[in-house]
Amino acid sequence: MTTTDIVTVATRRPVEKHPFRRFLARPEIGALVAALAVMIFFSVYTKNFMTLAGAGVWLESASTFGIMAVAVAVLMIGGEFDLSAGVMTGFSALIVGVLTTHYGLSVWVAVFISLVTVLAVGALNGFLVMRTGLPSFIVTLGTFFVLAGIDLALTKAITGQVSIQGMTKVPGYDSIQPLFGASIQIGNGTFYISVLWWFIVTAIATWVLLRTRAGNWVFAVGGAQHSSRQVGVPIMKTKIGLFMTTAGAAWLVGMISLFRTSTVQANTGVGQEFIYIICAVVGGCLLTGGFGSAIGAALGALIYGMVFQGITFAQWDTNWLRTFLGVMLLLAVLLNHWVRLRAGGSK
Amino acid sequence: MSTPTTAETVKAVVPIIEVRNIGKRYGAINALSGISTSVFAGQVTCVLGDNGAGKSTFIKMLAGSHSPSEGELLLDGKPVTFSSPRAALDVGIATVYQDLAVVPLMPVWRNFFLGSEMTKGWGPFRRLDVKAMKRITNTELANMGIDLRDVDQPIGTLSGGERQCVAIARAVYFGARVLILDEPTAALGVKQSGVVLRYIARSRDKGLGVVFITHNPHHAYPVGDRFLLLNRGTSLGTYEKKDITISELTGLMAGGAELDSLTHELERTLGADSSIVAELQQEVATERPSR
Repeated sequence: MTTTDIVTVATRRPVEKHPFRRFLARPEIGALVAALAVMIFFSVYTKNFMTLAGAGVWLESASTFGIMAVAVAVLMIGGEFDLSAGVMTGFSALIVGVLTTHYGLSVWVAVFISLVTVLAVGALNGFLVMRTGLPSFIVTLGTFFVLAGIDLALTKAITGQVSIQGMTKVPGYDSIQPLFGASIQIGNGTFYISVLWWFIVTAIATWVLLRTRAGNWVFAVGGAQHSSRQVGVPIMKTKIGLFMTTAGAAWLVGMISLFRTSTVQANTGVGQEFIYIICAVVGGCLLTGGFGSAIGAALGALIYGMVFQGITFAQWDTNWLRTFLGVMLLLAVLLNHWVRLRAGGSK
Repeated sequence: MSTPTTAETVKAVVPIIEVRNIGKRYGAINALSGISTSVFAGQVTCVLGDNGAGKSTFIKMLAGSHSPSEGELLLDGKPVTFSSPRAALDVGIATVYQDLAVVPLMPVWRNFFLGSEMTKGWGPFRRLDVKAMKRITNTELANMGIDLRDVDQPIGTLSGGERQCVAIARAVYFGARVLILDEPTAALGVKQSGVVLRYIARSRDKGLGVVFITHNPHHAYPVGDRFLLLNRGTSLGTYEKKDITISELTGLMAGGAELDSLTHELERTLGADSSIVAELQQEVATERPSR
């Protein structure tokens, strides 16, 4: 054993100083390559994909998934899952819809109440996970189903329907609508403000992760929770903050979809939580936590948006989308596994 | 053990930590009792013992994880009780546990400052002072003779010895006066153990009081000034380095009588001329030091 140690020390490879090699070790690199490949493929294969009109469509599609994927990625870096993230987008929109159309509340107040409620659900998720020590997968699966039930049952009980109607007639609607649903026309393409939100969220998340104490703690609690506690990282605060961040992102996406379409279905968001996770993993997040990037997750969502719309442009059967996503996920996990071995993360 | 009065220890007459007849009971089980020793600035106190001797219990009391059931703990000559590891840390008693409290996938410099990050700016623009932290990590490690090629590499890519040294350097940088090292060489090979031992010596030379827990007398003897021997929850005594040789230390640790019977047993099964038996006989032949 001792001889082996000396040999290992003596023959260990020097650290790669080459900037290109460094670049390749970044978590988002796989997603970047894949995004370029998908973009080039559909640009060549279909004539509408690489036009302003086409770009407006797939960017819009990627934006809402992107916002959620970034939040879910940050949560995954922190070592947790949130399966209730999808249904929470519908939950937040339904709160606003019911409070304004049925109870006649000011739309600004309703939007604020929605935010507070959703953040409270996020905090509850975090608190339950930390207090019980149960895997977040199970805890948030629970909140997922609770919220999905509430969405359907309460909406039906209060409004008598399974979707919100008449949002546009709500007083104050026009004052808040541009914030979440505005669009600009560039050439013959329509670009929604959600794309801007997506960029803002990605930029803030990247800055927080790499340049603040909170970001340092997120990587630490995801990478080695016990060690983090020993050096004085506030585990509870960090994790609850993470779940609240995901909830906050779900609120933003809920508002975007509500004010863009001026309606919301009671089952909005159900089933999308896995797409967020796929985008995050394709973007280089490790399922075990402690490694990943917000930009990678945003690229993962871009791939999703491009494929989703590209398949339509190519006039293929859109049912193939999920098969494609599954293949992407497997490839991404294999790539991540290899990266992890290289990084020498022993657990 | 009484307060040392010899010339070379004059500068450290009052020990940083002194324990008097300390003990710990878990319900009816007596994990440790009657332990007395001292930790002086600029000296290494080694705690030796086999598995289950009570080493972990002893350091947990020093580190503030457990409070002693009996006896006294003195800090700078005054009695203290620590309510938590944080309280011990606040008075400068830092413990480096076997798992090192590092996050393998994070860069060395982030690990170095984890939990005590340096920031600049204010309000929402308060951000990590990356440049300063990298520089300090680099210089702190270089000062201690560890030449890392790159503080940006994940700490998981370092060798076990280097990781151990980073963990110790971190404790030293953040103001430790007493450094408790829990089996730092247990999982290391010969060369890497050497790296860590040299590092322990450097910490001692910087004026820290070091508590070095180990079950290997060959690691303890070269750096130790004082040796506390534990066996099944009791003290076999504290010895100054000048009062004990390494073979006596080894003999005491193995427990002379037990070793004797083991030799006879092995002689029957392996034959008297086997090399293991010869080695054991040599150990037994070593005279046990007087208490």
